[in-house]
Amino acid sequence: MHEEFTIPSKDFSVAGDASSKIKRILKQLNIPPQRIKQIIVAVFEAEVNVIAHSYGGKILCDIEEQRVLIDVIDTGPGIENLELAMTEGWSTASSEVREMGYGAGMGLPNIRKSCDDLKIYTKKGDHTHISMQFVL
Amino acid sequence: MKLKEILECVDGKLVWGESHLEDEVKRGFASDLMSDVLTILEDDIILITGLSNNQSIRTAEMSDISNILLVRNKRPSQTMVDMAKDLDISLSYTPYSLFKASGLLYAKGLKPVY
Repeated sequence: MHEEFTIPSKDFSVAGDASSKIKRILKQLNIPPQRIKQIIVAVFEAEVNVIAHSYGGKILCDIEEQRVLIDVIDTGPGIENLELAMTEGWSTASSEVREMGYGAGMGLPNIRKSCDDLKIYTKKGDHTHISMQFVL
Repeated sequence: MKLKEILECVDGKLVWGESHLEDEVKRGFASDLMSDVLTILEDDIILITGLSNNQSIRTAEMSDISNILLVRNKRPSQTMVDMAKDLDISLSYTPYSLFKASGLLYAKGLKPVY
């Protein structure tokens, strides 16, 4: 099963819409609730990252019998220092983003903890592509 | 603790979710940082927060949290109430601060997550 969702930039009123839809699909497939929670936490963090930090992007969701693959691809501007971005508590979020309850610097660390395999392509001035795999 | 006991303890008022009053709440988590909330994998939690916007509801949805308590008399907007109804999440508020509400509930025996 393949689903695609477009994620806008800076519009927090729709933050979580894509994750919510993916969660509903996973529930229908009778995946254990604890596993769904782990998957959705990572997807939601990534969705919020696209809204908060990027020029917009998309989430691709592929559900197979043994695994769920989530690709989050934005259109830039890329992460300057990925090592710092993976550090708990480190954040470049604006005050506007923090007022929304985000920007605690836990997004990428939470994503890393939740998924079985994580690949990140990013380059300053280019885009960011996060590829997450969850074994079912 | 049941949700109704939690509300009695903090002079809380239920805005929506009467069907949750008998929910057995095992632990409390107090935070305004939604990424902190998203680290929780335990079930049957009440989220105590000063963040009165749609994001607290969205975060509760992602973390399978069924009960939210807003502090400092922060009344939820109609959009929040509509979202909570749609997702079957109870919404309440207390006049107390995050610190006082959490302290009262901890003293009454509500367990922390960490």
